[in-house]
Amino acid sequence: MERPLTHNIKPRAEPLWLAEYEKAGGYESVRKALRTMTPEEVQKLVTESTLRGRGGAGFPTGKKWSFVPMGADAPRPKYLVVNADEMEPGTFKDRLLLEGDPHQMIESMIVSAYAIQADVGYIFLRMEYGIAAARLRKAIKEARAKGYLGRNLLGSDFSFEIYLHTSAGRYICGEETALLNALEGKRAIPRAKPPFPQVVGLWGKPTIVQNVETLCNIPHIITHGVEWYRRLSRGKDGGTKIYGVSGNVKRPGAWELPMGTSIRELLEEHAGGMKDGFAFRGLLPGGASTAMLVEEHLDLPMDFESIPQGGSRMGTGTMIVLDDHTCPVGFAQNLEHFFAQESCGWCTPCWEGLSWTERILQSLEDGQGRMDEIDVLTMHTKLLAPGRTFCALAPGAMDPLQSLLKYCRADFERHIHEKRCPWRDEPNGADGARTWPVSSSMIVPTR
Amino acid sequence: MSSLRSHDRELITQHSALITMLSDVERAEIEEELLHYPDKQAGCVEALKVVQRHRGWVSDESLKSVAALLGMTSEELDSVATFYNLIFRKPVGRHVIFLCDSISCWVCGYDIMRKGLQNRLGISMGETTPDGRFTLLPIVCLGACDRAPTMMVDDDLHEDLTTEKVDRVLEQYP
Ligand SMILES: Cc1cc2nc3c(=O)[nH]c(=O)nc-3n(C[C@H](O)[C@H](O)[C@H](O)COP(=O)(O)O)c2cc1C
Ligand code: SF4
Ligand code: FES
Repeated sequence: MERPLTHNIKPRAEPLWLAEYEKAGGYESVRKALRTMTPEEVQKLVTESTLRGRGGAGFPTGKKWSFVPMGADAPRPKYLVVNADEMEPGTFKDRLLLEGDPHQMIESMIVSAYAIQADVGYIFLRMEYGIAAARLRKAIKEARAKGYLGRNLLGSDFSFEIYLHTSAGRYICGEETALLNALEGKRAIPRAKPPFPQVVGLWGKPTIVQNVETLCNIPHIITHGVEWYRRLSRGKDGGTKIYGVSGNVKRPGAWELPMGTSIRELLEEHAGGMKDGFAFRGLLPGGASTAMLVEEHLDLPMDFESIPQGGSRMGTGTMIVLDDHTCPVGFAQNLEHFFAQESCGWCTPCWEGLSWTERILQSLEDGQGRMDEIDVLTMHTKLLAPGRTFCALAPGAMDPLQSLLKYCRADFERHIHEKRCPWRDEPNGADGARTWPVSSSMIVPTR
Repeated sequence: MSSLRSHDRELITQHSALITMLSDVERAEIEEELLHYPDKQAGCVEALKVVQRHRGWVSDESLKSVAALLGMTSEELDSVATFYNLIFRKPVGRHVIFLCDSISCWVCGYDIMRKGLQNRLGISMGETTPDGRFTLLPIVCLGACDRAPTMMVDDDLHEDLTTEKVDRVLEQYP
């Protein structure tokens, strides 16, 4: 089985530095693209590969690039931005790629920049990824010394420079238009769309924002071709996917597997099934903002087309398992606490609604919930639906809640009838206050 | 310069005085970051982090100095600084413990770690020990969910936590 994205990565080892990376075939795609292909030809390959964005939304990458103004009249400079903010709870795939193969990230950026004729690239990295930062800095330095970055790459008339930007927290920075404001040194509030960043982005110039994993596919598509790439997959969307499983399973981890691998195979073969003494209740397939799936969905292939058949989204493809020792209401409370805290505060339905939701869930956990409050929760899942808030954070917060209300309704009601959390003696039961002052510098009234 | 009124000259003197409150090393590191952007404001988060690396936190005075260097008003810069949970606008301990409170860690025993840390340190989340050694803060998913529960102390990630392991880890941070 081929693992193009992770074949250079050895667990807990140093990544390949330039000489070894080149020996393993590295930077081949840059030579091929710059010497034998036009930018339009590179774009065409990416479109034909059926690559879709791995940051959560699954937007076709080639299509996104097609909106970038090309030719001599296009506004300059154009920008390519790597979204390396990875802060969606339960997601741990981009860290692996950044720490494990930093040169692959740089190579990916160079060929992608060539395709859209970008002049400058930024890697927007979350502050906590210090090891990734150090390795990327070293890889950028090595690449620049070797002439892969700078003016007239490999003697062509294409010039490209990469800078690393390390951020300072807040989940909303990963939303692509908020990310652009963050890069410009403003508060990271999302921007209205249209205009889309492809046309009016960073400092008003055409900009492509792309997830780490998405971009890491590009060099392999260029080097090995579309046929090869599509054959890696078991489904309609091409390539491999880095899947992950966390929670009370025997062997939590992340693996690069054919796109379209079934949930059951991930859970049972790769993650080894549930830990002894724990029973499966459900899972969020792709991070905290995806709706829960249950037993009946386990044979669905993990890809963008199939997961919606179960009422959810593939999201980031890293799943979180809910077991029978964990309170589903507490589970929901933890998720909504996250979203309420991370709301940027720009639009009222989101920051008011999410903190209200969180308070209700906390009162259920404390044994003080009322039946009509379940209706208030349900109402929020409708009031914060897509299109009703300024960005996708709030609808993303409602997906898991709506599904937990659907599949675990009896557990919500038990909290009310018994006036206590039935899991209160479990480690995650409702015996301790899970609310405390957030860090001193937050001024958004999210609670 | 000679055509400037004394009021303007005074402002310029104040401005330079503010900038010179930053050390040469800090200024050099900030200037280095600024080379990456077409305007100075874009470097403001990196600039605040330079100061925080050297001083542990960003005081009002430091904030004013950075604002002067970047040509921003201090109000403008503070509105950005306070947006971020990892820019400290209040003093913190010598070491900062960031305990992941997101979903996978919560499922895998976050509450036990939190209680263990709070008991061991005698403080609650958001507080600093009286000896100034540790500040304890929650943090969102650290991207290591397969090794939950996790925490960061300063720049280091610690995974697969147990209460015993937490005790051992703390000893590494005098
Ligand atoms: C609140 C929020 C947070 C997001 N965080 C991230 C993130 O950390 N990393 C990421 O790649 N995409 C994130 N996204 C998705 C981005 O907005 C964007 O769709 C993505 O970077 C596009 O890249 P892709 O097409 O390669 O997936 C987030 C979206 C929202 C609404
Ligand atoms: S939906 Fe929430 S996060 Fe998005 S802009 Fe509105 S307040 Fe901000
Ligand atoms: S949830 Fe704690 S590291 Fe991801």
